[in-house]
Amino acid sequence: MNILVCVKQVPDTTEIKIDPVKNTLIREGVPSIVNPFDGYALEAAARIKDKNPDTKIVVVSMGPPQATAALKECLSIAADKAYLVSGRTFGGSDTLATSYILYNAVKKIEELEGKFDAIFCGKQAIDGDTAQVGPEIAEHLGYPQVTYGLEAELDGDMLKVKKEVEEGVEIIGVKFPCLVTFTKPAWDPRYPTVKRKLAANRAEIPVLGDDAFPDIDSSRIGLKGSPTNVKKTFVPQRKTGGVKIQESDGRASAQKLFELLSGASII
Amino acid sequence: MNFHFNEEEQEILDMLHDFCLKEVAPKAAEVDENERFPEETWHKLADMGMMGVPFAEEYGGAGLTYLNYIGICEELAKHCATTSVMVSAHTSLCCWPISQYGTEEQKQKYLSKLCTGEWLGAFGLTEPGAGTDAAMQKTIAEDKGDHWVLNGSKIFITNAGYANVFVVFAMTDKSLGTKGISAFIVEKDFPGFKVGSHEKKMGIRGSSTCELVFEDCIVPKENLLGELNKGFKVAMTTLDGGRIGIAAQALGIAQASIDECVKYTQERIQFGRRISQFQNTQFQLADMQAKVDAARLLVYRAAQAKQDHEPHSHLAAMAKLVASETASDVTRRTLQLTGGYGYTREYPFERMMRDAKITEIYEGTSEVQRMVISGWMGVK
Amino acid sequence: MEAKTKDLWVFVETNEDGTAKNVGIELLTPGKMMAGKQGGQLVAVVIGSGVDEAVKAANEHGADKIIVVDGPEFKHYTTDAYAIALVSLVEKYGPTSMMIGATNNGRDLGPRVSCRLNTGLTADCTALDVDEETGNVAWTRPAFGGNLMATIICPNHRPQIGTVRPGVFKKSDAVEGKAEIVKEDIHVAEEQIRTQVLEIIKEMDSENVDLEGAEIIVSGGRGVGGPEGFEPIKALAKELGATVGASRAAVDAGWIAHAHQVGQTGKTVGPKLYIACGISGAIQHIAGMSSSDVVVAINKDPDAPIFDVADYGVVGNLFEVLPVLTEEIKKARG
Repeated sequence: MNILVCVKQVPDTTEIKIDPVKNTLIREGVPSIVNPFDGYALEAAARIKDKNPDTKIVVVSMGPPQATAALKECLSIAADKAYLVSGRTFGGSDTLATSYILYNAVKKIEELEGKFDAIFCGKQAIDGDTAQVGPEIAEHLGYPQVTYGLEAELDGDMLKVKKEVEEGVEIIGVKFPCLVTFTKPAWDPRYPTVKRKLAANRAEIPVLGDDAFPDIDSSRIGLKGSPTNVKKTFVPQRKTGGVKIQESDGRASAQKLFELLSGASII
Repeated sequence: MNFHFNEEEQEILDMLHDFCLKEVAPKAAEVDENERFPEETWHKLADMGMMGVPFAEEYGGAGLTYLNYIGICEELAKHCATTSVMVSAHTSLCCWPISQYGTEEQKQKYLSKLCTGEWLGAFGLTEPGAGTDAAMQKTIAEDKGDHWVLNGSKIFITNAGYANVFVVFAMTDKSLGTKGISAFIVEKDFPGFKVGSHEKKMGIRGSSTCELVFEDCIVPKENLLGELNKGFKVAMTTLDGGRIGIAAQALGIAQASIDECVKYTQERIQFGRRISQFQNTQFQLADMQAKVDAARLLVYRAAQAKQDHEPHSHLAAMAKLVASETASDVTRRTLQLTGGYGYTREYPFERMMRDAKITEIYEGTSEVQRMVISGWMGVK
Repeated sequence: MEAKTKDLWVFVETNEDGTAKNVGIELLTPGKMMAGKQGGQLVAVVIGSGVDEAVKAANEHGADKIIVVDGPEFKHYTTDAYAIALVSLVEKYGPTSMMIGATNNGRDLGPRVSCRLNTGLTADCTALDVDEETGNVAWTRPAFGGNLMATIICPNHRPQIGTVRPGVFKKSDAVEGKAEIVKEDIHVAEEQIRTQVLEIIKEMDSENVDLEGAEIIVSGGRGVGGPEGFEPIKALAKELGATVGASRAAVDAGWIAHAHQVGQTGKTVGPKLYIACGISGAIQHIAGMSSSDVVVAINKDPDAPIFDVADYGVVGNLFEVLPVLTEEIKKARG
């Protein structure tokens, strides 16, 4: 079993603050982390490896050279090999262009590591929140996809994926090769180990740069190759002028709330 | 003279810090309140490879430096002293003597399971009548040809309720005093061995502290640890190392107490000002931080000496003496600065004060440390 | 591809019983405005099995034209069958824009379709406008966990596609439908569908957790203190016919299943009324519920950030407030 896990290094959005004067995001000093959903994808792959020890887990990330840190973290948790896709011409790519570059990267890494039976991604990255790159990679590759996976296990020539749906969960069967995106499962991902951490520190991480993909269509990558572009960004206005209710006790507050809500025909 | 962690050591500590924020700190108050041994944390630390940090990889250890291990004890104690002592009693007091004095067979059989954290270890020296006066051992081991029979009891044994393996001391020749003590490796399932009642304590309340009872306990011949009648040396050298771990625990408690106190004083408003704006607060905190840093240098120096196989008995004693008394002093003062709130269990200050006290007592009281230091000075 | 028309499409997702999901009908409201600015028709695309009810709903809420694909292979949503059907419709008719409700299925389908059509897609939009000159849709969406809004355009590719968050737009009043209804005969062979549902496990307590379609949500957070702390929340939800939600803290603590989680790592919701109980209001939670019409917050801490987004903020103990509120509602309803 050969699994590729796609990861993104993202700013920890829980640490982002708004500059109250300029009304802009303060990005300085915000730590970079492995996108948590990608961590769940890695954990899902690691769980398959727990049961099938001959599984190889390769991680790939597209991003600036600093994203090596995210890949090293994955190596210290569960990955066996890591690749960084990083090039000037890749900058400014929207989801479609990103998925096209990653599709080329998958093909390139397969030349080195063998064909992947499954590609695991997080359901979305917590900075962009698009949830598009995974399915788009699947489309480029022509693979079936399962999104919102919670866990996955091997079952003969099929992958059984527990998928979160509105009404509960579904067990979806999908043949290899396939792509699965993962959401937050009930359990926490494992922690890095001391041994893996030390090995990750010494690991060489190959970089697939601008010239790594001779056959890539350069009109489909980077800012110019992206169908969508950002026209403007702004910090959303927060609601103001709410009614504060703080009566003498809980009962009185509840009654006051009820009067206000029924008075405004809300309930 | 360089007591800094190198980049790799620091990364291991950062990794542990992240773990502690998620798994250790959130449970510290509950573990204390319910006197609950954090068994799940033991298993998670084992998965990470944190239960045999300074030992060789061939025995399942992480092969890291002793200084790194001491940093780990300190980091754990910043979040939960109970968890720190669980690791240090296991590592310093059980893994270490087996790695130092054990035969190859003993290391293969015991150390490899202890270092991976599959098994938890403990150390049994103290008896009802043999505390600081450790030579007054009443537990007896009789040679029965192909096995030993142990009779007696031990008290205040850290990790006892959950440990799989115990390094235990007993008299093998009563006529020789300290020169008639031997060390044994005892498994929890050996016939005639049982773990007795659990102590209710002032601090480190989640730590499993119990009595060990030996009633015609049968110990295989090959479980003698080190040479016959040389057990007292095993105990004393083991405690020399253990004291550095306890000193690191004291450092962690003290530093966490200061850090929490700084936060508190920057939020608490009295007389229209943050109490951190009062010079009393500033000077108190400055004094405390200077004392903790001074203690830290002693602790790291002792760790470095142990790592370099230099004489460190006196250095460990000084480190523990200063670090533990600093911890008690600092936690008492931060509680004073935080006042009524600090006294409640809503805040960690009172817990830290209770946890700090034990570091002046176990693995040799402060008085024992003074004896070791003055002995080294040649003051008779 | 080039657009063949100036039409704007709304993909109307259907339930297995053939009714329309709310979001598809909601999107006809902004769709009407946008199609007007683009100078084309508003077209609803209904795919499913036995979808007469969904077609009727689209007709009554403003569609000029309805394209219907009806077949048993569309009863249960699959990426493969729906992507094949929708792509072939787009290729045939060439709309200039298309909106898809940002449900789990919509966000599964959107990127698959847009990638196959080699066009741009904007995810999870909360505001929409059209530049009349260029016909470009200005797709506005939250990013960075709701800390930042971005307006995205797709100037040179057609159709321009966006998924739009449920609950942001309101259904228009029903009127008599006059839409042209076109049935398209599309069939997808079994072997083209490469995933199969092996088992469906409904939530154990079989309660409704359709947060995205809910009109009222009562949510609990860290302040409920434990699984039993959700009892007064469930009681109020029952009285209001509401769905029970939760903050990440409550889910992480294991007090309630993840399916109830509202926020960045859970569901994004937009009910008419959102009642947050014992929820401090981390930005990730607010990102998931800030498009609610009315927000009520009940919290002991008067400085909790949830009060910044609340229309009605009660400073108090939820265990005192909720039972009384539930009782008052019960009394009023007789």
